[in-house]
Amino acid sequence: MEDKKWSYLWKITKGNRMLYVGAIISMALSAVLSLFPPLVISITVDSIIGDEPLIDSPVVVSMIQRLGGKGVLAQNLWICGLVLVILNIFIGYFNFTRGKWSAQAAEGIARGIRNNLYDHLQHLPYDEHVKAETGDLIQRCTSDVETVRRFLAMQLVEMGRAIVLLVASLFFMFSLNVKMTFVSIAVVPFIFLFSFIFFSKIKEAFKEADEAEGRLSTVLQENLTGIRVVRAFGRQAYEADKFDEKNTEYTNLWYRLNSLMALYWSSSDVLAMGQIGAVLVLGVYWAAQGELTLGTLLAFMSYEWMLLWPVRQLGRILTDMGKTQVSLGRIKEIIEKPLEDMNEDGLTPPMDGDIEFKNVYFEYEKGRPVLKDVSFRVEGGKTIAILGSTGSGKSSLVHLLQGLYDYDRGSITIGGVELRDIEKRYLRKQVGIVLQEPFLFSKTIKDNIALAKVGASDNEIHNAANTAAVHDVIREFEKGYDTTVGERGVTLSGGQKQRVAMARTLILDSSILIFDDSLSAVDTETDNAIRSALNERSRDVTTFIISHRITTISQADVILVMEDGRIVQSGIHDELLSQEGMYRRIWSIQNALEEELEKNLA
Amino acid sequence: MNELKEQEYNKSIDFGLWKDLFRYIKPYRKRIIALIVVMMGSGGIDVIFPLMNRYAIDNFIMTGRLEGLWVFAGIYGGLVAIQAINVYFFIYIAGRIELNLSYDIRKVGFKRLQELSFSYYDKTSVGWLMARMTSDVERLGATIAWSLVDLTWGGTAMVGGLIAMLYMNWKLALISLAVVPFLAVISIFFQKRILGSYRIVRRTNSRITGAFNEGIMGAKTTKTLVREKENLKEFKGLTGEMYSSSVRAAVFSSVYFPIVITMGSVGTALALWFGGRGVLLQAIGFGTLSAFISYVMQFFGPINELARIIAEFQNAQASAERVMAMINTEPDIVDTAEVIEKYGTEFKPRYENWEVIDGGITFSDVSFSYKEGEEVLEDFSLDVQRGESIALVGETGSGKSTIVNLICRFYEPVEGQILIDGVDYRERSQLWLQSNIGYVLQTPHLFSGTVNENIRYGRLDATDEEVEEAARLVNAHNFIMKMEDGYDSEVGEGGNRLSTGEKQLISFARAILADPRILVLDEATSSIDTETEQMIQYAINKLLEGRTSFIIAHRLSTIRSADRILVIKDGRMIEQGNHRELMGLGGYYYRLYTNQFREEQELSAINA
Repeated sequence: MEDKKWSYLWKITKGNRMLYVGAIISMALSAVLSLFPPLVISITVDSIIGDEPLIDSPVVVSMIQRLGGKGVLAQNLWICGLVLVILNIFIGYFNFTRGKWSAQAAEGIARGIRNNLYDHLQHLPYDEHVKAETGDLIQRCTSDVETVRRFLAMQLVEMGRAIVLLVASLFFMFSLNVKMTFVSIAVVPFIFLFSFIFFSKIKEAFKEADEAEGRLSTVLQENLTGIRVVRAFGRQAYEADKFDEKNTEYTNLWYRLNSLMALYWSSSDVLAMGQIGAVLVLGVYWAAQGELTLGTLLAFMSYEWMLLWPVRQLGRILTDMGKTQVSLGRIKEIIEKPLEDMNEDGLTPPMDGDIEFKNVYFEYEKGRPVLKDVSFRVEGGKTIAILGSTGSGKSSLVHLLQGLYDYDRGSITIGGVELRDIEKRYLRKQVGIVLQEPFLFSKTIKDNIALAKVGASDNEIHNAANTAAVHDVIREFEKGYDTTVGERGVTLSGGQKQRVAMARTLILDSSILIFDDSLSAVDTETDNAIRSALNERSRDVTTFIISHRITTISQADVILVMEDGRIVQSGIHDELLSQEGMYRRIWSIQNALEEELEKNLA
Repeated sequence: MNELKEQEYNKSIDFGLWKDLFRYIKPYRKRIIALIVVMMGSGGIDVIFPLMNRYAIDNFIMTGRLEGLWVFAGIYGGLVAIQAINVYFFIYIAGRIELNLSYDIRKVGFKRLQELSFSYYDKTSVGWLMARMTSDVERLGATIAWSLVDLTWGGTAMVGGLIAMLYMNWKLALISLAVVPFLAVISIFFQKRILGSYRIVRRTNSRITGAFNEGIMGAKTTKTLVREKENLKEFKGLTGEMYSSSVRAAVFSSVYFPIVITMGSVGTALALWFGGRGVLLQAIGFGTLSAFISYVMQFFGPINELARIIAEFQNAQASAERVMAMINTEPDIVDTAEVIEKYGTEFKPRYENWEVIDGGITFSDVSFSYKEGEEVLEDFSLDVQRGESIALVGETGSGKSTIVNLICRFYEPVEGQILIDGVDYRERSQLWLQSNIGYVLQTPHLFSGTVNENIRYGRLDATDEEVEEAARLVNAHNFIMKMEDGYDSEVGEGGNRLSTGEKQLISFARAILADPRILVLDEATSSIDTETEQMIQYAINKLLEGRTSFIIAHRLSTIRSADRILVIKDGRMIEQGNHRELMGLGGYYYRLYTNQFREEQELSAINA
C-alpha cells in the first residue's frame, strides 16, 4: 500500500525529473561548498596570520603556493578575503539554481496534478457526480495537492540538504580532528530523536486544535448565514456566549500547544547550545595544550552551527511525511476512479430519424429496476410528452437518450442505429437536454448562454434567449448580457435560471431536444409563450417534454404515461382521453376547475 | 466579486488605525514589557557569546594556561541556561499575547456582528466576513506579537554587537560593517517584492479553488453540454498562471538569499583582511579577530528579520484596516439612549421593564427604499387587529418581503411609522420586539447540535417536556423518535442530516416553543411529497392559532384560510379582502388563484 503511494509520486514527477536532478546537484554542491569558508578562515587564522604549520593536504598547499605562498598572502590578506567572497558567490549561485529548479519542478508537478484531477473529475461517469460529496472532493483537489506541493518544493530538498550537510561536515570534521569530531556530534543524535519524537507526539494536539478551529468557524458561519433566525428569536446574547465558548476552547488548545512549543525549543536549545559550549570548552582545553590549533577550533564552531539547524528540522520533516503520504493516497483515489467510456470510435449517424425503444430495462442499483420493459417509437421531428409521478422513471428514460447512463437490456435506436454504438461526444452535441435544476457558471450571462458554442455571435445568443423568453429580462439588468451570474446584487430567480439554461441548450441547434421538467419554476403564461416560440424555431427537431402541466402535454404528437418504470398508456390526446387512467383523471380536473372554484367560493 | 479583491495597500503608516488598535493591546502592556525585557536579555546573551570565545582564545589558548577554565565553563553553562529560560519565556509570552489578542478581537467582532443591521448583511457576503474574523484576526495577532519579538531581539543584537565591536576596535568595526547600509536597502527591496509576489500566488490559489468548486458542482451540466475540452483549457490557463506566479515568487527568494549571503561574506572578508592585518601588527589579539568574525556573521540575521517585518507591516496594516472597519461599523438601526435606559441592550436586557405585547400592528403611511430613489414601498397603510392572520400575495420582488422585514424591524421605514399596540416601535427596544415576534423562514435554518437544542432555541429555559410538546404539536415527534438518539440526535452542520420537510417541522416547533404574539411566516415554494405537505399544513395551522400573523403565502390552502389577503404589486396594495371577496372581484387575485389552483391539482393528481 505505502509503496504504491510513493510510486504514484514517482510517476507524476515525469517530465520534471531532470529539473529535480539539477536541483539536487545544486543543493549538494552548495551544501558541500558552504563547508569551505570556515576552512578558509581557519587556515588564514592559523597559518597565514599565525605560524602554525599548514594542514597536511596537498590541495591546500598547492592552492596557497599558487596564490603566492604564505608570505605574500600575509602581506595581502585581501586575497584570503576575496577567496571567501568568491566561495560565497558560488554557494549563492548554487542556492539560486537549487531554489529556481526545485520550484519549477514542484510547481510543474503540482500543475500536472491539478490539471489531471480537474480533467479526470469531469470525465467521471454521470452517476459519480450525482453521488459526489463536493466538499470532500474539493478538499482533495486543493489542500491535499498543497500538502504534496509543499513536500516537493521544500521538504524533499531540505531533507536531502540535511543529509548531505551531515555527511560532508562529518567528513570535514574527521579530516581535521577525530577527537573533536566525537565531541561535536555527541548530542546530535539526541537532538534529532528529541525533535522527531516531539513532533510525532504533538501531532494529536495539532489535530485537536485544527478541529476546534473547525468548530469555531462552524459557529461563526452558521450564525452569519442564520442571522435572521438569531435576530428573530432575539438570541444575540446566547450566540455571543456560544461563540465565546468555542473561542475559549480553541484558544485554550493553542495555549497548550504554545506551552509545548516553548518547552520544546528551550530544551532543544539547551541541548544545542550545550553542545556548542562543550566544543568550545574542550576545544579550548586541547588548544591550550597544543593538541588543536585555534583555526581548527574556529572551524569546528562554525560547523557545529551549520549542522544543528538542519538536524532539528529533519525531525519535523520526517513527521510531516506521514501527512504527505495520506494526501497522496487521497489524490490517487480520485485518479484511479474509472473514467466514462466515451466510445471515441463510435458512429456519427444523422440524428433526425425515428427513435425507438425496444424492451428497455435499466437499474441504478442491482435488483431495483427503474425502467421495466419500456418500448415505444417516435417519428423524427415529432414531439413526445411524458407524464408520470416522481420516481416513475421518466427522468431516467431521457437520461438514457443522452448516454448519461447505459441501459441494461433491450435496445434504443435512433434512425436505426443502436444508441450504444454512437460516439458519445457526438451524441450529446446532437441531443440537447435541459435539466430541472440547472447550474449556471459564474461567468457573464452571455458566456453562460454560449457555453456549449464558444464563439457564438451576439445574434445567435439573443435569438436563443428570445426563444427562451429571457431576452427582455436580461436587457433590464444594468449590464445586460455582460452581467456576471452570482455577483452580489444580481440574483436570478429559479424561473430565470431555468430559462437561461434553456437558451444555452437551444443555441446548439441539436436534432433532438429534451426538457426534463425544465420550466417548472416558470409561470404558465411564459411557459406557453416559450413553447410557441420553440415550435417556430425547431420545427424538425424531435422533442421530449417532461412536465406536470397537462395543457403543455396535451399538444404533443405522442403522449406516454409512466407508472413505476413502465409505460402504462400511450397515444395522442384524444385516444388517452377515451381511456380510463391517470391522463383522463388529470384532464378532467381541468374541466372541473370552474366547478371547483365555485365550490371553494361557497 | 469586487469585495473579495484585496484592497490596495496604503504605503504610509496609518496612525489613527494603530491608535485604535492600541485599545486592544493595552490590557497586555505588562506582558509586553516582560516580553521586551526577555528579548533584550536574549539578544544581549547572543552578543556576549562571541566575547566569551574571545576571552577563551586570548586567556587560555594564547597563554596556554588553564586556570579558571572550569569557572569559564560554569559561566558559559549558566548563560546557556539563562538563554534557554529566555527562549521558553519569549515563546510562551509572545504566544499568549498573540492568542489573547486574537481572542479579544474575535469576541468584539462577533458581538458587533450581532448588532449590525441587515442593510450591512445585504452588502457584505458571509465569505468576506468569515475571512475577516478568521485569517485577518489571526494575522493581526501574530504580527503584533512576533514582530515585537523580532524587533526587540534584532535591535538588541545589532546595537549590542555594534557597541561590542566599537568598544574592541572602532576602526575595524566601521570597516567590517561598511556593507550593512547596502544590505539593509537590498533586504527591504527584496522582502517587499517577495511578499507581493506571494500575495499574487495566494490570490491565484483561491481562484483555482473556485474553479474546482465550480467544475465539480457543474459537472453534470458540463457533461450534457459536452464542454469538457473548453473547461480544461480555461482551467489550464489558471494553473499556468499559478505556475508562473509561484515560480516568480520562488525566484525572488532564491535571488535574495544568495545576495544576502554574499554581501555578508564581504563583511567577513573585510574583518578577516583588516583584522588579520591588525593581528600581524599586534594591534589586536586573535580573540578579538575571532569575535569580529562572529559579530559580522551574526549581524545579518537581524537585518533580515527587520527587513521582513517592514515588508510584512503593510500586510498587517491591511488586515487591521479590514478588521477595524468591520468592528467600527455602526449599525443603521439603533435603540435610542432612553430606550436602552428602560429596556436594556441586546446583551443585557432589562426584562423587568418590558411591557406585555398585545399584538396589534399598524402601518401608517410607510415608505421604504433600499437604495435612494428606488422606492420599494410607497405610502403603505394597514391596520391589523390582534390575532388577525394576513396573507401576502404577489410576484417575486413586489415588496412582500419588504413588508415583513419592516415588521421585524430588520429595516425601519424611511417615512411614516409602524405602531405595535399603538406605540411607534422605535420607542421600544429591538430585542423587545424581536422577542415577541416569531419568524419562520422559507428555507429553514438549523444550527449544528441536537434536535433538542434546536427546538429549545425558541425558548432557552424550556423543559424537555415542553420541547417534546412543541414537537408533538407540529407532528415532528414521530420522526424525531425514529432517529437514532431521538431528541439527542445530531442534526449535522446546518441541519443537513435532515430532509427539507423535517427541517421545516423542527423550525416550526422552535417557533411554537417561543410562543410569540406575532408570527411571520415565509412559506416554502419547493414542492415536497404529499404526505409531508399535509403534515406541514397541519403544523402551520397549529402555529398560527391565536396569533397575529403575516404569511408570505404560496400554498392556496394557506392563502384561503387567512383572515385577510393583501395582493401586492410594485410596492402597492392593489387588492385586499378575504378569499371570497377577492375571487368575486375577478381581478389579479382571481387570475393568480385559478392558474395556481390548476397546477396544484395537476401535481397532486400525478403524484397521488
